[in-house]
Formats: sequence, C-alpha cells, structure tokens
Amino acid sequence: MVEPVKSIVTPIRLEYDYTPGRATSRFLRGIAQHRILGQECPSCLKVYVPARGSCPRCAVPTEREVDVQDSGTVVTFSIVRVPSENIHFELPYACASILLDGAGIPFFHVLQGLAPEEVRMGMRVKARWVPTEKLGPTIASIECFVPSGEPDAALETYGEHT
Amino acid sequence: MRDVAVLSFAQSTAARETERNEVEILMPVVREVIAASGLERSRIEFTCSGSSDFLQGQPFAFVMALDAVGAWPPIRESHVEQDGAWALYEAWVKIQTGEVDSALVYGFGKSAAGNLGDILAMTLDPYCVTPLWPHADSIAALQARAWIESGKGSERSLAEIAARNRAAARSNPHAIVSGTETVDELLSRPYVASPLRAHDCPANGDGASAIVLAAGDLARSVSKRPAWIRGIDHRVDPAALGVRDLTRCRSAELAAQKAGVARDKIDIAEIYAPYSHEEAILREALGVPDTASVNPSGGALCAHVMMSCGLQRIGEVARRILSGEADRGVAHAAHGPALQQNLVCVLEGD
Amino acid sequence: MAELCGIVGIGQTKLAAKRVDVSMPGLVREAADRALLDAGLGWADIDAVVVGKAPDTFEGCMLPELYLADSLGAPGKPLLRVHTAGSVGGSTAIVAASLIQAGIHDRVLTVAYEKQSESNAMWGLTISAPFGVAVVAGAGGFFAPLVRGYIRRSGAPADVGIRVAVKDRLNALKNPYAHLHLKDISHEMVEQSPMLWDPIRLLEACPSSDGACAMVLAREDLAQRAPTPPAWIHATAMRSEPTMFAGRDAINPEAGKMAARDLYAKAGITNPRREIDCAEIYVPFSWFEPMWMENLGFAEEGAGWRMTLEGATALDGDLPVNMSGGVLSSNPIGASGMLRFAEAAMQVRKQAGEHQIEGARRALGHAYGGGSQYFSMWIVGSEKP
Repeated sequence: MVEPVKSIVTPIRLEYDYTPGRATSRFLRGIAQHRILGQECPSCLKVYVPARGSCPRCAVPTEREVDVQDSGTVVTFSIVRVPSENIHFELPYACASILLDGAGIPFFHVLQGLAPEEVRMGMRVKARWVPTEKLGPTIASIECFVPSGEPDAALETYGEHT
Repeated sequence: MRDVAVLSFAQSTAARETERNEVEILMPVVREVIAASGLERSRIEFTCSGSSDFLQGQPFAFVMALDAVGAWPPIRESHVEQDGAWALYEAWVKIQTGEVDSALVYGFGKSAAGNLGDILAMTLDPYCVTPLWPHADSIAALQARAWIESGKGSERSLAEIAARNRAAARSNPHAIVSGTETVDELLSRPYVASPLRAHDCPANGDGASAIVLAAGDLARSVSKRPAWIRGIDHRVDPAALGVRDLTRCRSAELAAQKAGVARDKIDIAEIYAPYSHEEAILREALGVPDTASVNPSGGALCAHVMMSCGLQRIGEVARRILSGEADRGVAHAAHGPALQQNLVCVLEGD
Repeated sequence: MAELCGIVGIGQTKLAAKRVDVSMPGLVREAADRALLDAGLGWADIDAVVVGKAPDTFEGCMLPELYLADSLGAPGKPLLRVHTAGSVGGSTAIVAASLIQAGIHDRVLTVAYEKQSESNAMWGLTISAPFGVAVVAGAGGFFAPLVRGYIRRSGAPADVGIRVAVKDRLNALKNPYAHLHLKDISHEMVEQSPMLWDPIRLLEACPSSDGACAMVLAREDLAQRAPTPPAWIHATAMRSEPTMFAGRDAINPEAGKMAARDLYAKAGITNPRREIDCAEIYVPFSWFEPMWMENLGFAEEGAGWRMTLEGATALDGDLPVNMSGGVLSSNPIGASGMLRFAEAAMQVRKQAGEHQIEGARRALGHAYGGGSQYFSMWIVGSEKP
C-alpha cells in the first residue's frame, strides 16, 4: 500500500500593474491634498464618493467634481473580531459605513477613538488624517474616523443609506 | 430554432491601458454598441458577459462591470468565466428559450496588466503541471513543433501567416501591432520559443468588445441587413496535451460541423489564433476554403485581448456582413492550452 | 415556446471542512457519478456539461473547468462555465435548464463545486487593491452592517438570529451530507459563541466547506422515463443590480424582490406563503432568513422575523425553510447555490430522507451573491406546470 498524497503546496506569485482608473486617480490626487472629491451625477444629482466615473443607477458618466466634507454620520457598522493577514488594525475594531456631509453614498472606513461597544448608528464622526507631510494618493492618508462630539443625527437624515 | 442576429458591434483595444480601469474602458463601448443597434437601452432584455478574475488579479472582478451597463432597474444578467464568445452563446440560448428577444453581450480584460504567459500556467493541471510553470508560449511551441514535424507546414508557413496578418492589421485601427515585413525578414528574427518567433505569438493588450443580439422580427424592425447567426456550437477536448493529436483540433472540427460551416460558401473567416500555427490548424479544422479572406482584421496575432478576443472575431465577421462587404462568414473563438476549447459561429446576411 | 425540463438525477458529495481524500476532479466526479446513478444514466447519455464555481482565485486554478473536462466526461461535448458570484450554483442550474428549454439538448449535466481547503478563501476575499485599506475580513464584515441595519429597521428581537442558527443546525443533523453536525447545538451554545463581526456570532455564520453538487436535467419525454419521478421546473428567474449607488436598499434589494415577482408570475403563484410547500434559501448568516422572507414576499416588510419566532420556518411549520441545514451548516461557496436548488428538487421527488417535508409538491430554491446584488431562484414541482 502506497502512502496517499493528501496535499501539495504550490506557491503562486503573480504580479499585476494595477490601474485605479481616471475617476479614482482624481479622487486619490485629491486625498493627497487633504481633499475628499466626489463626482455628481448629471442625471440624479447624487454625489458619489469615491467616484468611479459613472452613476450605476443612471448609467451616465459623472464628471463634475464636488468637494465633500471629511465629517459625516455613521449609517451602520460592524465590530470586527476576525483576524486576517491583510488587516493591520488591532482587534476588535469597528468598521463603519459613513455618510460624509455632502455625499450621496456612504463611504467605508474604520472607526477608532472609542470603545467598540460605544459605536452607534447616527453617531457623528470626523476623519483623522495622517500628518500633512505623510499625505499621499492613498486612502490610507485617512487613518480612520473618530467621534466628532456633535449630537447624534436623526434616523431620517441617513435611514435611506442603511 | 429562432432566427437571431447581430445588430451591432463595438470594441476598444490598446497595447496597454494605464489610465482607464475596466469599467472606464467598457462604458463607452457599451454606449456605442447600444446606440448602433437601433434599440433603446430599456428594450434590451438580457445581459451576459465574459471575463476572468485571474486577468484582473482579484476575485469577483466582473461585478464592477455592472456599473458600465446601467443595471437599474435590476436586469436579467449572467456571466461566464470564459471569453465573451461564450457569453454570446449563453445569450443566444436565452433568446432560443423564448424568454427574451434581445441581449447585450460583452467581454473585457486586461491581458497586459500581468504577465499573461505566466498567468495562463494556472489553467493547467494544478497538481502535476502548473508547479512546473510552463509559459503559454512554450505550450504553444510544443503544438507548433508537432505540426511542423507532421509535415503539414514549416517555419516559413508560420512566417507567411504572420506576415499576412500583420499586413492586414495595417488597415485595422484596433490592431496593436502591424507590419510590412517580408517572410524572409520575419524568418531572420530570433526565436521566442522555437519554432515560434515574436511575430508568431500574440500582441497582448487591454480592452473590451460588445455585441447586441436580437431575434427575428425585432432584428428586422431595426436593421436593414442584420447579421444572422445561422449556426453556433462549441466543444471541448481533453485537458492533457499528451492524449490529444496536437496537429489537429478535433473539438473545432466537431463544432464547425455542428455549426454548419460547410453548408454554403464562406467569404470571410475570423479565427482566434494567437499563435501562427493555430491559424493553419484551425483553418483546416473549420474547413475554411482557400477562396475565403482569413483574418482581414489581422486577428489575435495583432491584437489579443483575452476574454474579448473571441467575441471580437464574431464582431469582425458581423461588421462586414452588416455593411454588405461579405455575405456569409465564420467566426471562431478558442480557450485553453493548445486550443482545448473551441466555438464556431456562422453568420450570414439576407 | 420553451420545452419542459425535468430534474432526473441529483448527487452531492459529503460536505466537509477538508476533503483531503479526493482531488478536485475526484470531488466533482463524486457528485456527478451520484447524479448519473440517480438518473439511471451513463456518461454517454449526456449532451453537454455546465460547470459553476465561485472565483478561480479560491483554489488558484484559472478556468478550472478546462482541467476538469475529462473528469466530467466533457470531451467532445459543449462545456460552459458560469460565474455569478455567490449565486453561481443557482445560475449554473438555470443556464443548464435553458439548454433543455431552448430545445438545444436532450440531457445536460450541471455541476458546481468549491474546494476551499486547497487555498485560503478568506484571504482571497480580502485582497485589497493598491491605494486602499483592507477594512474588513471576509464576507461577514460586509454583511454585518446590513444585518445591523435590518435589526434597527424592523425592531426584531435580538435573538432571532440565534433561533435561526439553532433550527438550521438541528435540520443538518437529519442530513447525512451536511458539513456541521453539532449534536449538542442549543440557544446557549450559539449565544455564547464568539462575536466575530458584531452582531454576527461564530455560530450565526456559515462554515467553510469542500463539496460539490450535480444534477442531470432532461427534456420532457426523457424525464418522464426517469427511474425516480422528476422534479419539473415551473419557473426560473435571475436579476442583478449594481453594488452601490445612491439610494440603494442593500437590506431588501430590489433585484431580489423583482426576481421573486417574476418567478411567481411565471409559476402562476399569487400567494407564495400558501402555494409553496417549502423553501431552501441562501442564508450564510442567520439573520438573512428573516431578511429574505421579506425580500421573497413570504412576509410583509419588517415582519420576516416573526415567521422565525413563530416557528413557521421550522420543519413542522407552515413554510419550512432550509430543511437540509442550509448554508449555515455547509458552505462550499460555488456549490452552495446549487445545493439549495437541488434540495428543492429532492423535496418534490421525496428523496430528502429524514428532512423530507411530508407532501411537498412545490418548492423554492434560492441563491444570492455579491453585495446582495445577484439573485437566482427556481420553483420546482412534483407535477408538471
């Protein structure tokens, strides 16, 4: 009887030149300048951030750029307790859908600066940026979001985005 | 079977798209193909696409492409992890069920974002062959060598095929490479993987293509001369190279027979042959007559956007039928190491 | 007019965390052999093969259907490969059915699989593109905020998710193929399991499984001659919508509602709760049972959780849901949708053994994927439509 081979290991390494695309490039250039740029749909007038160059709902290109605020409202969230090699936040941590002021679609990021059990829907938060000299064209230029101290927003103001 | 026709075709190909992502490449192509179809976007009842996550290097890469097609209100939609030609097949089947009368089909990919020759090693036997990392050019060279040794052709025949495709590509604005070299000039160049030289291997690029299909009366109502799909079939061969006669392509022979290639004359053939010898093998397998114009676009040798390239072959034939330039043609798409899987589509004008 | 299509053979592998006893071809072959055996057919009887699976990156094999062609008896035949994210197992079955309904083929084999143990799917799901930050690990991180939104919106009691988790694991004990057989499953056990992606606990989430599912579909006259009476396809539906756009309701997505409406209209159903005998739906996280009850029109919006609470979705309820133990008990991603479709067919063929619903004549199979944006579903019946 031959000992069965139950598994083999084949390491795979493939390299790709990643292209974020024109719309995302403009967004990332904005981030490097401490700005959050969205794009407004010419048809439904909603502001997409980060913009991907089109409004998926109206199927038209979005071109007009609009600054949105780096503050917003927690629309919904999750407390993550699952580790992954690709994630460098200390467990547990909160990730949240945040409706930035002036945006028409929530933005996903990590919330810090409070105990996970204190996170709640409707909470007002603000971006914490890396020091100016470290700003670059990456979403990592926003380290995380932290509570802004403002009173919670009412469900009506963000309910449609949950 | 219901009559189904190609109403319009659009494409985008480039040696390398370093600014636009897949959605940005696709959006104008989709807009163009719908505008040219004569159908309103809202009248297109089914959408089907072909792409590969391994070309984009991330899972679920096709999901974002929905942004380009306007999937709101929600649409009937499907996706094959195959060339867009197979997406067209699925759409054709859907129309045959009678559930829909029209379809948008697209294929897209960035063949030049990674090293395609290495990436394709992932399509081989994962336990016994992939760990050896054979390059796609080397696998193709094995087949080219077998073909030459069988006495069916020579390195000169390869160069002749390459020279003709490169010359044809000069009038194709979507070609990535083209040239006016003589056969002797090409033969003087170095090997990439003997007996293949660089011009015998594909010019990989980034891009997308799209086609709008419609059934009988709907097609007639918007188009004076639709390109009717008279036959379409696809077949697969065993995976292992060792069990196949590499000098011929049985699955292509079978698909061509089922699609009815030989039923009437052929004016034009667009063959998905990213390597020179593949064109010769496939020409024989499909039964393309000597009188036909083969790869007037310059073919996959001159512009190879994987996952879109097969759909482009159908589009290139359809385009010439729609314009009245040709009456009947055959389009072919392939997948897999050494032409393992083949699709054949016969198109005809009224 | 479309031809009638019957399901004449169904096969599935034992679902498990690691099937080290078989290779990928061995896994798909195991399911396909069982489906052929059930159909009383041989490989030569099959005209075409339709394969489905989730991202190729999960096993590190690109276009694996090419390599699997031999093990699926595909050489010389048409071979299609479907990929519609998590809904793929369902859409694959629908594509296979359309080959019969279109009158193109007589008998089609369809197979879906995942061998998650051969790679790291969690890693595969969390690959982050450059210029970005990986914010959540795995699918749970994406779906947990939706669950929280549902709880807030519907005012559901906090333990609905726990009840679903217990019910489905109890059902799995009656299914020999299920991956998780948690003999001592209880409310306390789920409640005390670690919170992974708050509000989703470990035992409110699906496991990661290896497995395959296969079905043989046949044209009406051939299906009638099957050794076991076929499950007849009454209706199929698929819908997709974009991942995100302003105003999208990701908790109760329009694509799902639209697919369900289309499905019922085609099947001539006006009151799904009364006219459908049981439903096998894609519930990877327990809270999705009440969410999909609403999305599928079995309950009013905001009231799906009452069905769970009242026991309506239990095996002895008026609409048993996830009789097999569902995705919560076994999740070979690419095959999960097909397992749902197959369970619906097994129910109307009276093949479900201990988890058989007495008198099931019409059943729903459902799958979804992506960011709750791809939906595929079918209704099968013991009688012709």
